[in-house]
Amino acid sequence: MENFAWLIPALPLFGFLFSIFLGKKLPKNVVASVASLAVLLPFILTISIFIPFISAVDAEPIRILLGEWIHIGKLSVNYSFQLDQLSLMMMLVITGVGFLIHLYSAGYMHDDPGFSRFFSYLNLFIFFMLILVMGSNYIMLFIGWEGVGLCSYLLIGFWYKNPEYNKAANKAFIMNRIGDLGLLLGIFLLYLRFSTFEYNRISLEALELATGDPIIRNATILLFIGAIGKSAQLPLFTWLPDAMAGPTPVSALIHAATMVTAGIYLIIRSNVLFSLAPFTQEIIMIVGLCTALFAASIGLKQNDIKKVLAYSTVSQLGYMFFALGLGAYSAAYFHLFTHAFFKALLFLGSGSVIHAMGGEQDIRKMGGLKKALPITHATFLIGTVSIAGIPPLAGFFSKDQILASAFAHNPILWILGVAGALMTAFYMFRLYYLTFFGSFRGTHEQEHHLHESPITMTIPLIVLAVCSIFAGFVNIPEVLGGNHWLDRFFEPILAGSNLILEEFPHNHLSHTLEMILMTASVSAVLAVIAYAWIRYKKNGHLPANDGESISFIEKLLANKYYMDELYDTLISKPVLSASKEIFRFLEANFIDRIVNGVGQVVVLGSRTARFLQTGNVGFYIFAMVIGILVILAANIILN
Amino acid sequence: MEELQLSFREIGIQHYLFLSAILFSIGVLGVLLRRNFIIIFMSIELMLNAVNVLLAAFSRFHGDQSGQVFVFFIMVVAAAEVAVGLGILVMIYRNIRSTDINALKNLKW
Repeated sequence: MENFAWLIPALPLFGFLFSIFLGKKLPKNVVASVASLAVLLPFILTISIFIPFISAVDAEPIRILLGEWIHIGKLSVNYSFQLDQLSLMMMLVITGVGFLIHLYSAGYMHDDPGFSRFFSYLNLFIFFMLILVMGSNYIMLFIGWEGVGLCSYLLIGFWYKNPEYNKAANKAFIMNRIGDLGLLLGIFLLYLRFSTFEYNRISLEALELATGDPIIRNATILLFIGAIGKSAQLPLFTWLPDAMAGPTPVSALIHAATMVTAGIYLIIRSNVLFSLAPFTQEIIMIVGLCTALFAASIGLKQNDIKKVLAYSTVSQLGYMFFALGLGAYSAAYFHLFTHAFFKALLFLGSGSVIHAMGGEQDIRKMGGLKKALPITHATFLIGTVSIAGIPPLAGFFSKDQILASAFAHNPILWILGVAGALMTAFYMFRLYYLTFFGSFRGTHEQEHHLHESPITMTIPLIVLAVCSIFAGFVNIPEVLGGNHWLDRFFEPILAGSNLILEEFPHNHLSHTLEMILMTASVSAVLAVIAYAWIRYKKNGHLPANDGESISFIEKLLANKYYMDELYDTLISKPVLSASKEIFRFLEANFIDRIVNGVGQVVVLGSRTARFLQTGNVGFYIFAMVIGILVILAANIILN
Repeated sequence: MEELQLSFREIGIQHYLFLSAILFSIGVLGVLLRRNFIIIFMSIELMLNAVNVLLAAFSRFHGDQSGQVFVFFIMVVAAAEVAVGLGILVMIYRNIRSTDINALKNLKW
């Protein structure tokens, strides 16, 4: 099957070209089917390559050389793929969840005039995302990295007639640029050190370096800056909530399940380097934990259904980075894996709600949707329970593994991690109760319009709900009778890091302690859920309307700590006014004057010189003779 | 006859140079000072022929025949140029009914 691996990215690319050139002329069903098939077939191909890897203990990575790209002196960059445990797992998520979201979009976008454009962008995104995870060197990764950024921009601004959406798209693109610069510099620094871009050679050579090598430290910090931008961590996270301007399937695919996890992929891919840089790891851990708590606290007070989920995504990504910073790479991937399912499910569920509400996104205007949307309600509940971390759903296992490694590191970290988990449980159940219970708070028209979504939208919901229940079983901890399948599966990827980290003794938790921690966190989460139940279902508490006065902290949270305003005053406005000053002073006084001066000199000069042209032939001849005489005289004098 | 040949031998290169210089200067002054374009045209021919004299003289002086060949070329070209030039002058005369060069003042800024 490996000979067909090139088809995996080629098919979505074909789908993109098909929809963009022929999509407008063909019926919508054809466009949607072709686009979905262009993702389903790669999914099947990926599975067929993946299956041999499951049984083989130490399966060698498959390396495929498609062609040479740059070959100058020592520098050589190839179009080549590396298929190993990590990239295959990523590909499964991308194509699998991607296919479901394509299917969902066929229903969700059905009445949109940009139907074929939407599918072409989605396919292009899948193509770039596959390039990102399949590439065997950092340059391939960078191509994919930029490509998904472009698709993200195109899809956030999909409804381009709304200037607010365009602003959100620009914001996402510009903030990502900051991170991309870091990534690019990091890659260059790695090239300087290792003279190659290939992952396997860099990992191999890095193993011979000492821990704390300054170049590695700087390179990893730069790579992490790239990851911060792409994965929406502090301080570059504000683009992700605004990115909710895009259609909901886009939020599910790009801004929850796949693209934003590229930063986590990058770090797991370079795990040897990061293990060699404890300083960077500390930074990652702190940034991840801060983001997890910070975003979760903002999520408590948001009233837009998608904004809540967006902050939840930022917070969950923070958890993943937290795990990466602790050196628990497979735990981070595990959370990425389960998060892809339940967050995609929640986003698609919210999309179904928005669809039924005729575009309304404010949860204060919803309520009592349980009856009208039974399937959406059931699947949304599963997603909510899963993200809250109730066993035996997927979110519990992955979050628990992160919390366990946090406790092994430092109990205080565990407490903070649990605090984040409690906030997660609270805002998710607040969202759930406000949306599906109580009385309907929208207009009569909306109430009349309420309907369950078509089958193309409910099937993905059901499949994702099933995954959200069972995905956690790939990595059951020993204490619950499992065997850490995913951890073992990832051993070849993390072999280098394990070698490095072995030098530092890692205190493993005893099974009893692990059990106690688990019980503690789960019962705390249950208590919070009960509180949310009392507050929002039993007492029917409603969030304050926009004009009402609220306490200072509530205001702070509802306005996301005024982060946007802060960036505006600290960065945007000074930069803008500085450029205005430079324009007024430097541009107007110097550059403009020089340019205009040159023009004026020429105009004045020619205005004078043209009077030489009298039309008097005698004068011309006279001038000619004088000229010849001057030349002759000069000739004689100079010789 | 003997005498004549002797006296020819006494005529050195500088005589030709002076003659040529005088002819050329007359031509230049004619072009500069006269207003009638036929006269100007003749003055130009004078300058050309001053050069021819010079070429022939130097050819003889150096014993190199190629200078005389050049003179023939110049004469041929001059003949063609005279034909064209006179043709143009006739046309100008027909248009402005005058031979005054200062009447041609239209080509200016």
